[in-house]
Amino acid sequence: MIQFIQELGKSTRTSFTKLGRSSYFLLQTISGIFSVLLRPRLLLNQMYSVGVLSFLIITISGLFVGMVLGLQGYYTLSDFGAEETLGVMVAASLVRELGPVVSALLFAGRAGSALTAEIGLMKATEQLSGMEMMAVDPVKRIITPRFLAGLISMPLLAGLFSAVGIIGGQIIGSGLLGVDEGAYWSQMQSSIDFQDDIINGFIKSIVFGFVTSWIALFEGYDAIPTSEGVSRATTRTVVNSAFSILGLDFILTALMFGDN
Amino acid sequence: MQHTNNQDTLVGLFVAAGIAGLFFLAMHVSNLSSFVEDGSYTITARFENSGGLKVKSPVSAAGVKIGKVSSISFDPKTYESVVQMSIDSKYNTMPDDTTASIFTAGLLGEQYVNLEPGGSETFLKSNGKIEITQSAIILEKAIGQFLFKSAEEKK
Repeated sequence: MIQFIQELGKSTRTSFTKLGRSSYFLLQTISGIFSVLLRPRLLLNQMYSVGVLSFLIITISGLFVGMVLGLQGYYTLSDFGAEETLGVMVAASLVRELGPVVSALLFAGRAGSALTAEIGLMKATEQLSGMEMMAVDPVKRIITPRFLAGLISMPLLAGLFSAVGIIGGQIIGSGLLGVDEGAYWSQMQSSIDFQDDIINGFIKSIVFGFVTSWIALFEGYDAIPTSEGVSRATTRTVVNSAFSILGLDFILTALMFGDN
Repeated sequence: MQHTNNQDTLVGLFVAAGIAGLFFLAMHVSNLSSFVEDGSYTITARFENSGGLKVKSPVSAAGVKIGKVSSISFDPKTYESVVQMSIDSKYNTMPDDTTASIFTAGLLGEQYVNLEPGGSETFLKSNGKIEITQSAIILEKAIGQFLFKSAEEKK
């Protein structure tokens, strides 16, 4: 019994120290933003590895998610003779939920794990300590450009995901199943609100980009510098990102769409 | 140097594609393009019962959407529903004896405000009031009346 309480106390203490360390890490990262803006080349390189390399998986998944939504939505809606509202269903579910959430999950799997592994290995091979020896701040030189790149790429990727998904839904809906194309777009335009749906989805994707990049970079920076430690940190990045994305999505949805 | 130039191009393409996607969402998917918020004027109508009318329900005249409902509130003095509508300022020539009625699109569709222009020479101004209104038809009420009537006839 005493041992159980001790274990509980210990795990509480470790999780609090980890929270503290990660918050301090985040502050350090954010304070390096100005020095990164002075050297945009660093940011550009990271935009390439974080954003451009995730482009393909995001667009292809978006296309397929939209096509599945079109197919499933059609079967359900045609029972009620409401096929014309297929566009509304596809667009609302993509813009509000699936676009930000699924692209953030893919982003965590594709880019987040790569970031953790890269930084963990840098730590394991003592590249970060080497930089410190040369009086180069590794947070400013390595971490902040990656953080900014994730923060900028995520909303762009989520927007692409939703846009491609809506087009995919249209391909299936009006190309294959015979929903009127004009009705698909006009019903969508009259129901989707710019401020309520598009802007809120955009805010969601910014929040997810922030959280995913933070988790990925911190796990890498905090990893035990062995090959096993790096592999564990990579796993933790994907698991923790998925949890925080889904949990935050619930909270954000409750706050944003709660009153209607 | 060739390598970094390629990278620049790809990053540029990626950012352009992302912005194009967001732009597509804003202009083609949402209602941003069809209705501009600031180019509108407000008119008020009082209904005995506004039924299932909601904020953002369409306001149409002759079947064409010309605005939307901006607020619905209850007046505790007259026990009426006060409906504010913002009308696209393109359509600023509605006569001041226009009739507002609440209709349902289809049997189960959403409710909307229909404006029926009258014959007056003067036009509705911003913050103007519509005097003649017709309440929403509540389906339950109509069915109740119908049943009551047919029961009366049988006697």
